[in-house]
Parts: sequence; structure tokens; C-alpha cells
Amino acid sequence: MSAVHPTTAAAPAATATAPRGGWRMRALLPAAVAVAAAIAGPLLGPYWADLLVKVMILSIFALSLELLVGMTGLVSLGHAAFYGIGAYATVLGSGADGGNLIVLMLGAMGAAALYALCVGALSLRTRGVYFIMVTLAFAQMAFFVFHDTKVGGGSDGIYLDVRPTLGGLGLESRHVLFYLVLAALAGTYGLLALVRRSRFGAALAGIRVNEQRMRAAGFATYGYKLAAFVMAGALAGLAGSLLAVRDGVVNPELLSWHTSGDVLLMVILGGMGHLRGAVIGAVVFTLLKELLSTHALMGPLADHWQLTLGLTIIVFVAVLPQGLMGLAQRLGPPIGKGGKP
Amino acid sequence: MTSRYARTAFAALALACGATAGTAQTTDKLKVGLMLPFSGTYSALGVAIENGFRLHVAEQGGKLAGREIEFFKIDDESDPAKATDNVNKLIKRDGVDVIVGTVHSGVATAMARAAKQSGTVLIVPNAGADAVTGALCAQNIFRSSFSNWQSSYGMGTVAAKQEKKKTAVTITWKYAAGDEMTEAFKEGFEKEGGKVVKQLTVPFPNVEFQALLTEIAATKPDVVFAFFAGGGAVKFVKDYAAAGLNKVTPLYGSGFLTDGTLEAQGDAAQGLLTTLHYADGLNTPRDNAFRTAYAKSFKLQPDVYAVQGYDAAQILATGLKAVKGDIAKKAEFAAAVQKATIDSPRGPFTMSRAHNPVQDIYLRKVDGKENKVVGVAAKALADPARGCKL
Amino acid sequence: MDIGTFLVQCLNSVQYGLLLFLVASGLTLIFGIMGVINLAHGSFYMIGAYMAFALSPLFGDQFLLMLLAGIALAAVLGYLLEWAFFSYLYQRDHLQQVLMTYGLILVFEELRSLLVGNDVHGVKAPAWLDGSFALGELMSYPWYRLFASAACIVLAVGLYWVVHRTRLGMMVRAGASNRDMVRGLGIDIRRLYRIVFAAGVALAALAGMIAAPMSSVYPNMGASVLIICFVVVVIGGIGSITGALVASLLVGFVDTFGKVFFAEISGMGVYLLMAGILIWRPEGLMGRKA
Repeated sequence: MSAVHPTTAAAPAATATAPRGGWRMRALLPAAVAVAAAIAGPLLGPYWADLLVKVMILSIFALSLELLVGMTGLVSLGHAAFYGIGAYATVLGSGADGGNLIVLMLGAMGAAALYALCVGALSLRTRGVYFIMVTLAFAQMAFFVFHDTKVGGGSDGIYLDVRPTLGGLGLESRHVLFYLVLAALAGTYGLLALVRRSRFGAALAGIRVNEQRMRAAGFATYGYKLAAFVMAGALAGLAGSLLAVRDGVVNPELLSWHTSGDVLLMVILGGMGHLRGAVIGAVVFTLLKELLSTHALMGPLADHWQLTLGLTIIVFVAVLPQGLMGLAQRLGPPIGKGGKP
Repeated sequence: MTSRYARTAFAALALACGATAGTAQTTDKLKVGLMLPFSGTYSALGVAIENGFRLHVAEQGGKLAGREIEFFKIDDESDPAKATDNVNKLIKRDGVDVIVGTVHSGVATAMARAAKQSGTVLIVPNAGADAVTGALCAQNIFRSSFSNWQSSYGMGTVAAKQEKKKTAVTITWKYAAGDEMTEAFKEGFEKEGGKVVKQLTVPFPNVEFQALLTEIAATKPDVVFAFFAGGGAVKFVKDYAAAGLNKVTPLYGSGFLTDGTLEAQGDAAQGLLTTLHYADGLNTPRDNAFRTAYAKSFKLQPDVYAVQGYDAAQILATGLKAVKGDIAKKAEFAAAVQKATIDSPRGPFTMSRAHNPVQDIYLRKVDGKENKVVGVAAKALADPARGCKL
Repeated sequence: MDIGTFLVQCLNSVQYGLLLFLVASGLTLIFGIMGVINLAHGSFYMIGAYMAFALSPLFGDQFLLMLLAGIALAAVLGYLLEWAFFSYLYQRDHLQQVLMTYGLILVFEELRSLLVGNDVHGVKAPAWLDGSFALGELMSYPWYRLFASAACIVLAVGLYWVVHRTRLGMMVRAGASNRDMVRGLGIDIRRLYRIVFAAGVALAALAGMIAAPMSSVYPNMGASVLIICFVVVVIGGIGSITGALVASLLVGFVDTFGKVFFAEISGMGVYLLMAGILIWRPEGLMGRKA
């Protein structure tokens, strides 16, 4: 196994060189959760189903960032740009009769991937802190395009006249939307799990651990990083597209740095280096925001939820930098060979 | 270990859903959801709107059309990103019959979209986005305030016809409301023979006007039309005077330029002409009665936002009376409101077919600490409701 | 555009750029010396502005005295913050620093909301700086803005003098090039860090105080400054104060003239500039090659 450099960002617990066998065991839990959700879907009331759809969309968004941060070690503070671009592309492309969903989703992913290509090509020329600042700046630039120009209806945002159709199925039905989003989440999760196990994923892990060594070994690291960046951008665009369909309305706040900060938080909350960490992070973050602003629980502090959220973030990152998955690993039963993924 | 937690979590979730499933019972109380800014820069406006709304309900003895009102409040924080989720809490979790809100146009757009889909009655007590009673118009969406177009069009026609100005420069924040306001001024101004030579913008909520004031001075127009609100309005008027421009080029504005800001603007604002659907010192019996009642109940002076909240309640009451309290009769509700004349403190108004007030737009001049009415810029002005398919 | 207007726009650009420089220099110092990326730096700017709002009624026309008081308060705040919070960030990786300082921004904003409320406030310039002087027959330029530019220039010169001509400055430069060697030479690096951090906070707060009468005081004012400062630091190069100065002025010009000529996309101007610099020199104009 490759020795892990002590000062790298990622948790050394889950490396890309996980054991070959046993992936069926590891896939069992996420698959079970997906099936449970599929069954529970139509049983939930409209409000809870809607909330669950939101959490699933955020999970896709967080998973896309996990590819960048957890797998490749690239900390991006501008990931919301691709999310927002995907959302806007969907609304702008839908037109008066709604449009075809598959075409719109692919278009959204394409638009996000294109912007990711441009941003990545420039940003990846920098490293470390520069990279963080540059990604933030480019996201802000995209924010300005949608906020200030006529392209996206300005600061109030734009809305869908009619939701797009999926073949014969209209998306006005919340059940169809639920299963669509669940399928997208399952697909994204599966895709990223495959990437992790592939040679490409192994290269990314190597880059995360020690890029210089990878270059010495002959890998064109810039190309690999750019590929990961574009892929992450496309998946974020997918999440954005689904959000546009769910809400029917999009606004420039989707590209703001608060959104970028939030998704970064989700990834670290759940635990970097684990795919399920991203999903757990999305769930916990949404719940946390809800809880902190409920008057019943927090009393007068509920109005100042930003304060409690900020303090929670600081304490959490200070005490549990490995996130909830890291906590689970420390407390859970010891598992041999590479730890729980 | 994690799988055990997952299972318990789902069980809890299922139980919670079962519990909430049975909330949509028919009681005598009408559920009204107030989605307003109760925190942040616009919190004073949210409070004023709620006060105005509650004042009218109290004046009717706490009941509208024989039904008691049960209020649900959500703080929208003027955040469009959370808007859909917040309005869904009211529609799907609390099951409200009527939604009242909000101030910020971006949030209101999301609310209108959600209300259009669910069919819940929505009454907008401020947000001026033209689309709410334009492209997003619907049988169940009403507005008690104004459209951005309405509030500035009158200033344009007055500037060209009455004040005989030929050239103008507009300046505002670069956001949807700013665009709509200045476009409306331009439309009115150019209709009466004027020409808008430049349209300047500042990114929102930036208040660095220096470079653009230089630009205005170099252009030498007959008049400058500005739309800013709150702190931005204070700063712009003061900067305009500090640059010496107020001696050279008169400044006109949308009413929000001088509403609630005169104390801070002081001398810099004296003599400014603005247009709005409300003014200080209207001195009609209806307005005086309203102002006295409001001041007595809330120990505050009412403003245009309180009037809009008050009228939102009047609209609800009118429609509700016509359907005898059965809010489900959407078509009859809408028909009744469309036929009605609302006796507002601003003056009586009717509703357009897109459910926006058809009202007089007053021309006001700043005198001391008040916006005094000096005329009517546009009588019974109706928003053209572009894009509305009603 | 005639020569008079052009000159005024140049004045505007320089004034805006110099103010940015004050904030950006703090940011680049803190990062260059301590290796901490601090998202809350914009909050210090905001704290400065709100301090001006709070102190202005107390000091009246004694504006310079108020600025000195503000610097002192901010420096103390910075010293305490470093001791209580930031010193723990040195060992952490960038991601954790980003998130913890992001949490700090939320805390600061909410504290501001609790203590001072959410209204937009104006701060009056002192009487001896009020009013404008004539520039040609059409325009007047406010005295206060001239004062702001002058103050920033004085501070920039002072900063250069401290960094290049004093022992403290020598230690700071040494620490920026090689932290471990400095420690090995027996210099108390912790105290050095604390002083540098306090200085960074004081600079940002001072910028906020100076800017307050011009830009008014409003919630979230720190956020926009922060992002532009990031752009300045990236363009100028991390750790280089001269780079920060050049980049700030560049940004000031691009932004001001951008607003005049390309109003629609003026918000994007500085980012396009940054993109251009990145293509040409990824480590910034005066940054060290990574």
C-alpha cells in the first residue's frame, strides 16, 4: 500500500486501493436504503416527499463535490456555479411547452461541463490556496452573468412555464419526480463507485496523496485533474437541472458562494473520502438547518440560526474533521483491510 | 451500526408522515399564511404589512365573512434561494388556505410559481415585479400594492409633458426591479416626446455612485430619474447634492427614493419630485381614520407598506364575503374581487383583469420631512399585464 | 470622453484601488506569513465600518483621533482572535481553515445583527472634510475622497517602511520565505504571528472605517470586499505587498472604467482580468513560483 503523507487533506482511512473483493458487501447498505426510499416514496405526505426529493438532489450535488475534494484532493469554493448553470440551462431551454426532460438534462450537464472545462483549464494552473480563491472568483463571475445581464431574467430569477415531460409522463406529478430523482441519485452513486474502483480513480487518489510522485511516475496529472473537474461539474449540473424541475423557479442565489460553502460543508460533515459521507452530509446539513431555525427547539435563538450554525460548523470541524463517517469508524466495530468505505 | 440507525430513522419518518397526513380537516378557522421578511433589511416592512393586515381583521371583529383567522408565520429572510421551500412549508405542511407575501420580488416570483401550481390563493402586499400580474398571472394570484411599471410610468409622462424636459438619464441598481422601473419611466417619457439618452446602473446593493455621477455631469441631461430604496436612496440623494448636481439638473424619482428616508436625507432631498400610489398628507377622511387607528394600535406611524397590508386584508374580505367563506370557490372569489372597488386609505381602487390595482399615481414633492401631494401624475393607471393570459 | 471627465475617473479609480489595497495587504500578509486562508477577513472590514458608525457620535469631528482609536481597538481584537482561535488553524489543512473561517463569518454577521441591527446606516464625514471642491465648471469632487486616498497612500508608505526598514519587518519577510528557519534562529514565531495578524485585522478595519462615510454601512458588506480582495491577491501574488498594491490599482481602474464603458458586464470585468493574468502568470504578477 502506498504510504500516506501526513499532511494531506484527505482521510487516510479510505484509500483508493480498497480490497477488490467485498464490494458487494459494501454496496449492500446503499442499495437497501435506495430500495427503502423507493417503497416509502408514495407513502409519504406531499411535504415530506418534497423534502426528501430536495435532500436527494443535494446529495447528488454533494457527491459531485466529493469527486473533486474527497477523491482528487481539489478544494473548490466555486462548485455552486455548475449547479446554478445546470438549473438555468434547464429553465432557459424549456420554452413554452416544457420540452423533453432527457434533452434538457443532457443540455444542462453539457453546459455545466463546458463552463467547468473553461474554469478548470485556467484554475488548475494554480495550486492550493490560489486554486481555492480562483474557483471562488470564477463562480462569482458566473453569478454576475445571471444576476446582471438579460440572459437569466436578472436578480429575480426565471421560472418554468410548464414542467418538461419524460416521454409520455408529465412531471407535474410528484411521484414521477420522486422516482426520477431517486434514479438519478442511484445512478450518480453507482457511477462514482465505479470510478473509484477504476484505474482513473486510482490515479486521482494518487494525485490527491502526492501529485509530484504521480508526475514522476509518468502521469499527465493536469489532464486527470481536468477530467475530474469537468465530470464533477457535469454531475453538479445534473443536480441543478433536477432542482429546476422540482422548484419550477431558479434564481442567481444558486450560484452564490454561500451555496458553494454549504455543499463543501455537507461533504466534510458526512466525512470526506466516503461516497456515503456525501449523502449523509446532505441529510444532516438539511436537518441541522431545519432544527436550528425551529422555534420549538431553539426558542429565541431560532431567529439567529446563522450564529448557532456558524458555531456548530467551527466546533464540528475542529473536533470531528473526519466527519460523521470518521466518527462511525472510530466507534463502530473494527473492520479489517482498508476500513469501512 | 449505521444500518440500524438508518432503519430507525425511516421508522420515525414514516410515523411522522402518518401524523401529519391527517391535518387537512375542515374547521371554521381560515388558515392564513404570512410569508414576510421578519429579519434582515426589510424587517420593518414585514412588520408594517402584518400590522396593516391585522388592523383590518381586528376592525372586522377578528372574523372575515364569519370565519376566524388562524395565522401561520414564516420568515422568508428576503432570500430567493429558500423561497420555494418556505412557501411549500405553508402550502404542504401547514395546509394554509391563503398566503400573504412578500416584499422581495425574487421571493414573490417563487411564491407565485408555487401558488399557481397548487391553486392556493396568494395576495402580494408589496413585491412590484411586473411578472406577478403579468406572465405569472393566475386566477388565484392577487396584488394589493403596485407593479413596478405603474409606479414609474407616471413620472415619465409628467417629466416630458408637464415639466417639459427633453433629455433624461436614468440611474438605478442592476436588478429586476430597477430595470422595470427605469424601463417604465423611459416608456412614459418617450411617449410624450422626450428621449432617454443614457441608462446607468450600479450593481446591487453597491452604493458607490461616484463614477456614475461624473458620467451624469458630463452628459448634461435635462433631468435625472433615479430608483433606489432604503439606505441606497439616502446615499444617492446625498451624493447627488454633494456633487453639486442638484443645482444643475433636477432629480426625479420613484416614490421609494424619498419614502422613509427623508429624515436621513435632510436638506439634500428638498424639492425632489417623485411618484407613488400613496403620499403623506392626503387628508382624506378615509386616510385620516386609517392613520389614527394604526397609530393607536401600534404606536407607530403608518407608511405605504402598512396601507398595502391593510388592503390585502380588504381584498381577502371582499372575495371571502362573496363566496360566503368557502375559499375553495376560486372562480367566484376572483370574479368578486375583480368587480369590487376597494376603499383604501390611498383612495379607492379597482382591480385589473390580471388582479393588480388600478389606482391613481400621485405626484409628490419633498417639503420639509414629508412627501406632499402636488398633483396626480396618472389617474386610474392600469398595469398593461404583458404576457398575462387571463 | 473629455480630459476633465477622464481625470476624474482616474481619481475615482485610484481612490477605490487604494482602499482595496489596505484590505488586501492584510489578507496577503496573513496568508503569506502564516499560511492561513482567512475567509473572515471581509468581516474585519465590516467591523471597522460599524466601529466608525458606533464611534462617530462619540468623537464628533475628531476624525483622526477616531481612526487611531479604531486601529487600537481592531489591533486588540486581532491579537485576541489570533490567540483564541486562529492559532489553532495553522496546523490544519486549507479545507478545514476555509470551513472554520466560513463559520466565523456567519458568527460575525449574526453578532452584528444582534448588536447593531440590520439597517443600512450612513456615517457622517467630519465637518473639516465635508463638502467638495470644484473641478471644472460642472463637477465637484468631495474633499473626503481626496483625504481617503491620501490616508491610504500614507499607510502604504508606512507599511513599506515597516516591512523593509525595521527589524520587525525583517522578521516578517524572513518568516514569509522560510518559517522553520526563522524558528530555528530563536525568534518567537508565535508572538510574531500574533502581531502580524493584529496588523492585518487593523488594516482591514481601518479600511472599513475610512470607507464608511463613502459607502455607507450595511449587512454583508464584507462579502463583496472579500471576493474582490481574493482577486487582488491572486493577481498580485500571495505574500507580496507590492503585488497587492499594483493589483489593487489595476482592479480599481478596470472596475471604474468598466462601469463607465461596459455597464452591463462591469461586474465581470475584474474576473476577466484575473483570468487573463492566470493564463499569463499563474503565480500572480509578483508571486513566487510555486
